[in-house]
Amino acid sequence: MTSTESGTESGTEPVTPAPPVDPNVVSVTLNGRVIEATKGELVIAAAERHGVYIPRFCYHERMNSVGMCRMCICEVDTGRGPQLTPTCMVAVAPNMVIDTESEMTKNVQQGILELLLANHPLDCPICDKGGECPLQDQAFSHGPGESRYIEEKRHFEKPIPISDLVYLDRERCILCDRCTRFADEVAGDALISFTHRGNETQIATFPDEPFSSYFSGNTVQICPVGALTAKPYRFKARPWDLAQQESTCTSCAVGCRIVIDSSRDEVLRYMGVDSEPVNHGWLCDRGRFNFESTKSDDRVLQPLLREHGELREVSWNEALGAAAAIIKEAKTAGGADGVAVIGGARGTNEDAYAWSRLAHEVIGTPNVYSQMGDGLPADILRLDRATINEAAHATTIVLLAPDLKEELPVLYLRLREAAEKKRSRILEFTPKQTGLTRYAWRSIGYEPGSQVAVVNDTLGDKDVAAQLAKGNVVVVFGRANLAETITASVQALHQLLAAAPGTKVLPAFRRGNSVGALSVGMRTGAGGLDTRGVLQAAADGKIDCLVLVGADPLADFPDTDLARRGLAGARRTIAVDTFLTGSSARADVVLPACAFGEKDGTTTNLEGRVSNVVRQVSPAGNTRPDWMIASGLAMALGSDLGYANVNEVTLDIAINVPGFEQVTVDGLAANADGLLVGTQTAIWPVTLLEGTAPERNSYDLRLVIGRTMYDQGVGTATSPSLAHLPRGSAVHLHPLDLARVGTADGVEVKVRSARATVVLPVVADASVLRGTAWMPWNNPGPNVGELIDCFSAINDVRIENL
Amino acid sequence: MPRLKPPYFPAAIGLYGKPTIVNNVETLANLPWLLTHSAADYTAIGTATSPGTRMVAVSGHVKRPGVFEIVNGTTTFRDLLYGDEFCQGIRNGNELKAFVPGGGSAPWFLPDQLDLPFEAKLVGAAGSMLGSGAVIVMDETTDIPRAALTLTRFYAHESCGKCVPCREGATWLERIMERLADGHGTETDLEQLFEIGQTICPGPFPHAASGRLGIEAAPFPFKMTTICYVGPSAYTSVHSAVTLFRSEFEAKIVKRKLIPVSVGAIDDQH
Repeated sequence: MTSTESGTESGTEPVTPAPPVDPNVVSVTLNGRVIEATKGELVIAAAERHGVYIPRFCYHERMNSVGMCRMCICEVDTGRGPQLTPTCMVAVAPNMVIDTESEMTKNVQQGILELLLANHPLDCPICDKGGECPLQDQAFSHGPGESRYIEEKRHFEKPIPISDLVYLDRERCILCDRCTRFADEVAGDALISFTHRGNETQIATFPDEPFSSYFSGNTVQICPVGALTAKPYRFKARPWDLAQQESTCTSCAVGCRIVIDSSRDEVLRYMGVDSEPVNHGWLCDRGRFNFESTKSDDRVLQPLLREHGELREVSWNEALGAAAAIIKEAKTAGGADGVAVIGGARGTNEDAYAWSRLAHEVIGTPNVYSQMGDGLPADILRLDRATINEAAHATTIVLLAPDLKEELPVLYLRLREAAEKKRSRILEFTPKQTGLTRYAWRSIGYEPGSQVAVVNDTLGDKDVAAQLAKGNVVVVFGRANLAETITASVQALHQLLAAAPGTKVLPAFRRGNSVGALSVGMRTGAGGLDTRGVLQAAADGKIDCLVLVGADPLADFPDTDLARRGLAGARRTIAVDTFLTGSSARADVVLPACAFGEKDGTTTNLEGRVSNVVRQVSPAGNTRPDWMIASGLAMALGSDLGYANVNEVTLDIAINVPGFEQVTVDGLAANADGLLVGTQTAIWPVTLLEGTAPERNSYDLRLVIGRTMYDQGVGTATSPSLAHLPRGSAVHLHPLDLARVGTADGVEVKVRSARATVVLPVVADASVLRGTAWMPWNNPGPNVGELIDCFSAINDVRIENL
Repeated sequence: MPRLKPPYFPAAIGLYGKPTIVNNVETLANLPWLLTHSAADYTAIGTATSPGTRMVAVSGHVKRPGVFEIVNGTTTFRDLLYGDEFCQGIRNGNELKAFVPGGGSAPWFLPDQLDLPFEAKLVGAAGSMLGSGAVIVMDETTDIPRAALTLTRFYAHESCGKCVPCREGATWLERIMERLADGHGTETDLEQLFEIGQTICPGPFPHAASGRLGIEAAPFPFKMTTICYVGPSAYTSVHSAVTLFRSEFEAKIVKRKLIPVSVGAIDDQH
């Protein structure tokens, strides 16, 4: 019978074609109703997505399931009758029948909770987790209501510190494997593990090796009980006392989403928020624990004016008046070119925009720059930009970058995952082995200055060429070495881009709002000087007024000698800062700024994603947000920027800055993950110093200076929990080079460059490339920036015994 | 902490993705015979559901403990325990109290089940299993609570610690059994044992029939909330012992005298 025969004759009916079946949709029955789940989705996740919460402890959406706690057991019928199934271990299958409310399921849930509570100590009154504790909550919602356990509970010495930041209480631990799985699967630092067996099982670290992972704070957040507690938060508050708002961390340019918890106007902790495009709920320890910086006693709280060599507290009016007078004097003496404004990458977009208007429009100087010479040139932003998700799903990830684990830790986590799951192959070019080296498909070391040749050689390798030919390539590009200019790396980058058309670049800017500041206007005007140019001009006596907007050239600019001469050479200095740093302490006027958490605004991460930051606590003392300071200074100079509140600045950016059109207060409210701002094409290019690196002679070592996770940066140094964590200045040499140089691990040596000599202890380090000397930047101890000549393409050093 | 087994047949893809198989000596011992004879010869011995012979290790209160080769489906437990060519009866002429037919994790049998042959389906229906083929014989002198404690303690100690019911439940069972065996048991302990057992193995749990107690057999299989069988094994001996020999446990429970409290006297003071 064909469908052309008409209607109701015997045996024939019109045939309607069946609707196409989507192979990715699986129909299952959940508590009596049919739901559409996704192929491969775990039962527990499918249920949650459809509004049915199945209790669980060991299951975590961002880690592999282990099915250990047995709390998620429900009756699942796949055709052989209802079976007790751990729903976190089983994916949905067609025609599956799931019952989360059956009597047997309820009995199992009660039973498991009773067993968990059997050995769990009665610590609730003194346990940090109380009030936000999954064990408490599930005992209340699914538990037996009464304990019948009358035996002696398990006892351990408690708590024990397993690292500088985390305490472990083994009695509370329910052995859910979340912390161990996180350390192993997500962070790659398997420093915490189970020991012993059965009822004696406990969490332990290796002997003499604390849990000093850069991500240890995440285990505190994911622990379902109070077994892991964070030292900076212990006993500080109860969850119901906390006011909470979502914000964005600005400790580095990744811009992880966080919530800020505060009580009685004091920030008490940050927690990671699961943002699918950015951080997946994880935070690094530096970003998580540097909240203490905001409430440090060393904050600058009042405007300061230098009189007779001393800084004296004054009112805002007096300070702004004095600053305006300095600027007017400078303009009269040398024109607007005699004024320079550097900084702005540590604030919000609104701060940077107001300052850029003040600098370009009101003062009229072209010498404006937000980079501190320790990062990337602005025109990197003109390249086709990748998002973090695109990088983490690329076929090939090329790294021409610093050690991401030290500088952009959560980006390291995202890329590590891509390599571990065999989604992406990492091709790494580096002057020193990094945290991603062991996950790389190929890791190619290059001596500073030789990256163009090395990249060219590598591109000639047929396996590499074949890999790149597969397409979908993302290059993560950053400043791997502060002791060399960025020129050679940029040239190498362009070789890569030419070899693999369609490649996108993820720029590894470091400072929190580098991209935002550059995008909204903190960059040079026509003929203007960048930071290195400004410092050189100041050293030459050509800068009459230097304005530092949250900038600390003495600590951040690679060439410390030039920074020092520049600061000394500028006739007058105005500093906007949160602390009296080495640079701001020398200023003639210090304008106290609000810190993170004290002001509303937006920030832009390295993808160009704009997200909000919130004011959770009142500004300390008499501090003001940077944009308000800029407005006040403009007023004192006779101009009205026209901002009554921060939202008006946000609106002004949306109107005037190309790419920011959607970034309104409403737009951000509707998009908690932030809004991507397109590639900027109107960025003024910065001239790169030409010149090739000279050949290294056989006595010298090529200097590589990289950043470390913990250094003397303001956020770390003023947070008591983190301040002692930087390892200290040292010179790291490959063990074979140690022998060649004639020294040994731990010995102090003279390190001599063309600029200066610094005495440093030696560290034997097999991750250092032969022929190079590696040093950490801005660590406690002698300042390695003295060795750098920032105009030289590379810097060489010679090691001499004392 | 053991790893999760990959979801493939271990002999094809097992540890580190390589074929993995562990065989015991009994299995390997059968191979030369099978290779020199034929499958037909092998299946001619025994029954359709339990072909061939089996090595059973008998321990406990028999005159002649040891390892014996029996014919599947034909040899009965009575043959094994009392037969001249096998164990030759209970030691010292004692009466049989109970025996474990298939290793420490099998539910117990009573003299009622002696006439069962070594046949998987029949033994399963009768409330136990052939298991590892280790038969443990207990005579009238056995302290049943202590015997059950020994088995439960073993499995609780062997627990890997991964899943909650076994790690916590088995140890809790052990603690209660310790108190019971030592004579410090309480009124609620026996019910508590069954409650814990319900968390490890919800639903009816296999046990043998008993003419003396007038109870029917509860057949295999059981449900479990654990990842593997160690948890239920810790419970098995407890369940069998308390179900079949409850009076021995009750005798060990301390009956405490209750001190009456008069509420009325306090009210009168107002």
